[in-house]
Amino acid sequence: MPEMPGDAPVKLLEGEGLTLEYGDLTVLDNVSVSVSEGEILTLIGPNGSGKSSLVRVLAGIATPKSGKVMRRPGLVIGYVPQKLALAPSLPLTVGRFLNLPKRHDAAWIAQVMDETGITGLVDRQLGELSGGQTQRALLARALLTSPDLLILDEPTTGLDQPGEADFYRQIEHLRDTKGVAVFMVSHDLHVVMSASDRVICLNHHVCCEGTPHVVRDAPEYRALFGPGTKGALALYQHQHDHSHHDHGHHDHDKAHDHAG
Amino acid sequence: MLDDFLIRAALAGVGLAFAVGPLGSFVVWRRMAYFGDATAHAAILGVALALLFSVPVTLGTLLVALTMALSVSWLVAQGYAMDATLGVLSHSALAAGLVAISFVPGVRVDLSAFLFGDILAVGWSDLWVIWGGAALVCALIFWRWSRLLTATLSEDLAMASGINPRREQLVLTLALAVVVAVALKVVGTLLIAAMLIIPAAAGRNLSRNPEAMVAWAIVIGAASALGGLAASFTLDAPAGPSIVVAAAAIFVIVVVLRRR
Repeated sequence: MPEMPGDAPVKLLEGEGLTLEYGDLTVLDNVSVSVSEGEILTLIGPNGSGKSSLVRVLAGIATPKSGKVMRRPGLVIGYVPQKLALAPSLPLTVGRFLNLPKRHDAAWIAQVMDETGITGLVDRQLGELSGGQTQRALLARALLTSPDLLILDEPTTGLDQPGEADFYRQIEHLRDTKGVAVFMVSHDLHVVMSASDRVICLNHHVCCEGTPHVVRDAPEYRALFGPGTKGALALYQHQHDHSHHDHGHHDHDKAHDHAG
Repeated sequence: MLDDFLIRAALAGVGLAFAVGPLGSFVVWRRMAYFGDATAHAAILGVALALLFSVPVTLGTLLVALTMALSVSWLVAQGYAMDATLGVLSHSALAAGLVAISFVPGVRVDLSAFLFGDILAVGWSDLWVIWGGAALVCALIFWRWSRLLTATLSEDLAMASGINPRREQLVLTLALAVVVAVALKVVGTLLIAAMLIIPAAAGRNLSRNPEAMVAWAIVIGAASALGGLAASFTLDAPAGPSIVVAAAAIFVIVVVLRRR
């Protein structure tokens, strides 16, 4: 969403001048980012560019060396990790997992499980779920706290492409129905294009940011990802937009600007 | 009364089961088996120091076990490898304890009572220590239950929920020192870790949720104590090792039954 003059959306979470180092390695270099009410902000960047570190800092998991994170007072964040390394020695049903650390009303749990598409799995062992079901269980756990902001770290790791598209459609639907803001990490811009309002491209520092189409055409983005990433992974965009096929890239882009 | 010492021994064994059940479950979930072993080995140094300085053995054991557990935690946090750190500290403390105990003047110390326990010689004051310690450990874990469980499941999820995993680790470390001090009289330093791990590992096979596993660990621990005592009495075998053999037998039975 381009910001209009005088139209100041309420900022839920703001990181200012965030710097994080592991030994000699500067993972985050003076990164500033903010998430506003009801928006879907996607963070992209190559492997090892500090995406997860930024997510961890904003979610309150890691402490930056300098810079500060400001949250709107009373902000509730729902955090969905990239994956869950579950110890096989720990018996845990989905129902018990959803009640950690705080217990929730059974009817509320049933409702959120319906919404996230894991109806009827409440007595299953968490470790027996498929990758997609596990991601949905993690999402359900985050949603149970009625968050104002969802923070998702590469939530579709381990999903196949239809599963991935499906998951992002769900995220978009949640934003539309519950008004929850979303800050998520993705490894590929094209997969999340139509589900994002705004994109930040990170390579230890913020390379560029803006609407998905602005970022895709930005020289900084092209320098990181090259021009060749348009092909196969544009699948979701095509399906989602119900578009005709067009091989002229620039015309194509214009034709799909309504998607963002 | 002929049976009096047997009643005290049985009460001591059941008290121990309540101490090791909840903590042992966390030891199994968090892969702290060697950590528990090392802390228990350090207890023999605590015994020697307590005898040398004429302080109660329980106090000496508690303090040395706590020092040991905190040292290991601290060294690992500094980046030392866990297994090597444990190997060095555990065996050094055991050896130093055995050397120090030989310098205790005057008294002839029955070393095997500290290495393998002397449950049949448990007095009423020992029972107070055992049940008091067990109550303390149970209360501590019950109080922190949800936070401990979340931190065990995933440190990231815990931190995102505002839980400090280091503080929860400290709670378990404290509980471990108490258990070591309590279990010394019953099974001795060399077999404390066995009582932490075997009942909980057996309980894993019977449980679908963490709470059930803790309950089973307590039941199996108590059954092991009573069965071991009975075997020890009828076969004239050493009591501490008999209790561990009984626990191992229950573990095998549970695993075989679950396989069928």
